[in-house]
Amino acid sequence: MTNPNNATITTVHTAAFTAGDALKIPTLRILQDDGSLHEGADKPNLDKDTALKMYDTMVFTRVLDERMLAAQRQGRISFYMQCLGEEATTVGSAAALDEQDMIMAQYREQGALRYRGFTLEQFMNQLFSNEKDLGKGRQMPVHYGSKDIYYMTISSPLGTQIPQASGYAYAQKLRGLNNTTICYFGEGAASEGDFHAGLNMAAVHKAPVLFFCRNNGYAISTPANEQFVGDGIACRAVGYGMKAIRVDGADILAVYQATKMARDHALKHNEPVLIEAMAYRLGAHSSSDDPSGYRSKEEEELWRKTDPISRFRLWLVKQGWLDEEADKTKTDKLRTEILDALKVAEKVAKPGIEHLISDVYQQPIPALQQQLDELKQHIRKYPDAYPVTSGRMD
Amino acid sequence: MAKMNMLQAINNALDIAMAKDDSVVCFGEDVGHFGGVFRATSKLQEKYGKARCFNTPLTEQGIAGFANGMAAQGMKPVAEIQFADYIFPAFDQIVNETAKFRYRSGNEFNVGGIVFRSPYGGGIAGGHYHSQSPEAYFAHTPGLKVVIPRDPYQAKGLLLASIASPDPVIFFEPKKLYRASTGEVPEDYYEIELGKAEVVQQGNDITVLAWGAQMEIVDKAVAMAKEQGVSCEVIDLRSILPWDADTVAASVQKTGRLVINHEAPLTGGFAGEIAATIQKMCFLHLESPIERVCGLDTPYPLALEKEYVADHLKTYEAIMRSVNF
Repeated sequence: MTNPNNATITTVHTAAFTAGDALKIPTLRILQDDGSLHEGADKPNLDKDTALKMYDTMVFTRVLDERMLAAQRQGRISFYMQCLGEEATTVGSAAALDEQDMIMAQYREQGALRYRGFTLEQFMNQLFSNEKDLGKGRQMPVHYGSKDIYYMTISSPLGTQIPQASGYAYAQKLRGLNNTTICYFGEGAASEGDFHAGLNMAAVHKAPVLFFCRNNGYAISTPANEQFVGDGIACRAVGYGMKAIRVDGADILAVYQATKMARDHALKHNEPVLIEAMAYRLGAHSSSDDPSGYRSKEEEELWRKTDPISRFRLWLVKQGWLDEEADKTKTDKLRTEILDALKVAEKVAKPGIEHLISDVYQQPIPALQQQLDELKQHIRKYPDAYPVTSGRMD
Repeated sequence: MAKMNMLQAINNALDIAMAKDDSVVCFGEDVGHFGGVFRATSKLQEKYGKARCFNTPLTEQGIAGFANGMAAQGMKPVAEIQFADYIFPAFDQIVNETAKFRYRSGNEFNVGGIVFRSPYGGGIAGGHYHSQSPEAYFAHTPGLKVVIPRDPYQAKGLLLASIASPDPVIFFEPKKLYRASTGEVPEDYYEIELGKAEVVQQGNDITVLAWGAQMEIVDKAVAMAKEQGVSCEVIDLRSILPWDADTVAASVQKTGRLVINHEAPLTGGFAGEIAATIQKMCFLHLESPIERVCGLDTPYPLALEKEYVADHLKTYEAIMRSVNF
């Protein structure tokens, strides 16, 4: 018999529901809080260099976040978003990828970006929207992107990258590339229509994409229990017929292991996989947000204890790979480097006026060129009102 | 009367509407306990309960569709889209559903109870995803009303009229003015009629037309022109759809000149519609071409925001060009 509904038909003769919570997804944990491994846990297949690069990347984003949030408070940059408490999710997953695997992030994935080699100067140029910013000073701070390191430029609207990642990965498959696309998003963005469209498209068209959900408990002020009712986000992948794995997002060894496995599966079988990392957004949503309006300090303190960096540090020390004293010196040096880079970037000029109309199309259309010419005439008449551009127009 | 900023006036309007009518319900992303990211719905959940003021999942198309369903049942949803830049996932629900619900059913069903509230506009260092002015997209959709207030008094009266309106309304709030604009606002219920422009300053030489946050910009330009002896008549359009062509035409027939200012890009912006209508209604009265001072035909920039915007200097230049034509 044919199966026009493309669904299993297991016949019963008594009416009964399948419960909405029938599916329970287990959570992978490898690393304990004290830096030892859980009994019987998968042994991490990590070499010393990779492990130390992962650790350095996490420390880098932690220090960068502290420094740049302070810079925002001082009015030196307009906006900032921390990844505090979620460092292991993006660094652990990025470390499990090939460096030509595409990254399509949401906006809190500076860990993956740094792991790929985005330089301190590049971070600063974007944050200060100066003329050296790869994005030409067009987007708010933290909307990074770089073609060279396969990191798609961030878009603020939530979830739009999800179906795009399915399409990108499908194209990688058609081109015969042995690469995948990882797509990061939060549990809030998973409510957008684009999430459902993207997952279904990837499953139907067998795109080798890794959907990486950072379930961090909050979408601005909205807690996950007002966002959805099902068992997290991973259960939805099962609904679309794809494999799913849930991990402790503060456990970088678990994140690494799960992402490695997911990548292997995606490329071997040309199938999407969803990874759900259970984390906690320890900082505010952004520098514009104040969590004291919707959650308690006590709640935050409880989660502060699950710090992903200290857990990994303890493991590295146990391996004999990290000297705590040297590590401290290195971190202090990093603080100075970041402050120095900040001071340089904030003095770099803003993009020139020609970048007001460049990149709208590959070449400015005549109407735009005319608008720019008229604007320049206007600025010449009122140079003091437009100090960023009036002194250097031709 | 009480001194309020625009957010307080909007919050006060919602409070009064919810107290007056059980069918008014407020929802959107972060709208519940937190009171919205700008706090426009502050304390409403506390006062009216979770069933009437609540957080939604993060899905604009879901919010708009949910509002359509509630309104079809006869309620009055006031749904917040957190930023106008994020209204586009809801575009299908609004343009194909909200706007056509009554028409397609031969008035068997309607969703006239809906108000979509959304902060719009630039001037907050928001770049292209936190600064757009998308009113023209919606003004191109028969079946919708589009309203934009300029100050707290206007915001409260226009919002209450929008909630009372038997037709769906998109209510764009100039977020730049949320806290910056303050003024005396009556504490009781009042409505400001939709579809009516307001002549906010009488003058003889030229008509200057704008709406929302641009009214402040226009006022500065008009003051500069006054120093040159130019007497401007200033009009706040207030309703973009339907718009009050008669008030504008009457003014232009008196002054013979018109400058239109809006934040959105020039091409396809609502100023084009106004210019076409007014040149027809006032052809023999016009002394100079109708001037448009608008955003450039580019996405809204960040580092070069100052250069991009339709500011007071560009408006002043347009006024003088028109007068000296």
